[in-house]
Amino acid sequence: MDEIPYDVKPHPVTGLYNAKLGIWLFLASEVMLFGALFSSYVLLRVGSDSWAHGYDLLNVPLATLNTFVLIGSSVTVVMAWTSLKLNDLGKAKTWLWVTVALAGVFLVVKAIEYGAKFEHHISPATDNFYATYFTITGLHGLHVIGGILAFLILIFKGDRMWKEDSEHFTNRVECCGLYWHFVDLVWIFLFPTLYLL
Amino acid sequence: MAESAEDIRHHVAVYMKVFLALFVLTIVTVAASYLHLDSVAMTVTIALFIASIKGTLVACYFMHLIDERSIIYWVLIITAVFFVVLMFVPLLAEMNSVGV
Repeated sequence: MDEIPYDVKPHPVTGLYNAKLGIWLFLASEVMLFGALFSSYVLLRVGSDSWAHGYDLLNVPLATLNTFVLIGSSVTVVMAWTSLKLNDLGKAKTWLWVTVALAGVFLVVKAIEYGAKFEHHISPATDNFYATYFTITGLHGLHVIGGILAFLILIFKGDRMWKEDSEHFTNRVECCGLYWHFVDLVWIFLFPTLYLL
Repeated sequence: MAESAEDIRHHVAVYMKVFLALFVLTIVTVAASYLHLDSVAMTVTIALFIASIKGTLVACYFMHLIDERSIIYWVLIITAVFFVVLMFVPLLAEMNSVGV
């Protein structure tokens, strides 16, 4: 079987294992994706005659709760990585489960928020405020789902991957963690922008 | 990267401090929004300033940017430049109508 080189050892040119450079390049493209939406939001808001305040229309307490949940999940994923650094696979898997659970809580809370809007027949078609709200939080929600899938793969294939090459597995957790922190970071900016301004 | 158990424990202590800081700053963000300041510019500045501090904490400590290879910094510097360009697009659109 052909192996992808430098998945554990640092590449002599970059000083990094390849996946790490790869995930950072991916995150750079993600910055542009969310940046474009953010920029569109600014354009629509500045250009409109009237714009609703997020706190008048959206559920700030629930979104605050979700902010705490995501920050918490960022800590748990980094704890999973440190557990692997200490050679404790069992503990790492527990932390990954907690991360998945917190991500699940985030989605449930988001679903409650969406549900309350749909009940009142509010949709992205209602106005520009809701169009940007649903588009940006929807894309962010898809990223949360993507993160859950990645963590579940790491959890269920973890034993085998750890046995094959523990360092490689640790790096995989680190890369998924980097992605997850980015999802948290996006929310840190989305929350005040959409809900509090 | 052969880090000792002692190093790792130090990392964990830092993570907990960052977690606490993020927690407090979130409360500050929400509290500040309840002030309902008259100045829109001030409200936006405060909210984005706190968010930037939180974002920096996540990037530096959780994403280990405080101690990373230079190639990653270069990738991020280029990204930041293009991001700034993106943020200027609304301004250009606004300037289109200036003086018309």
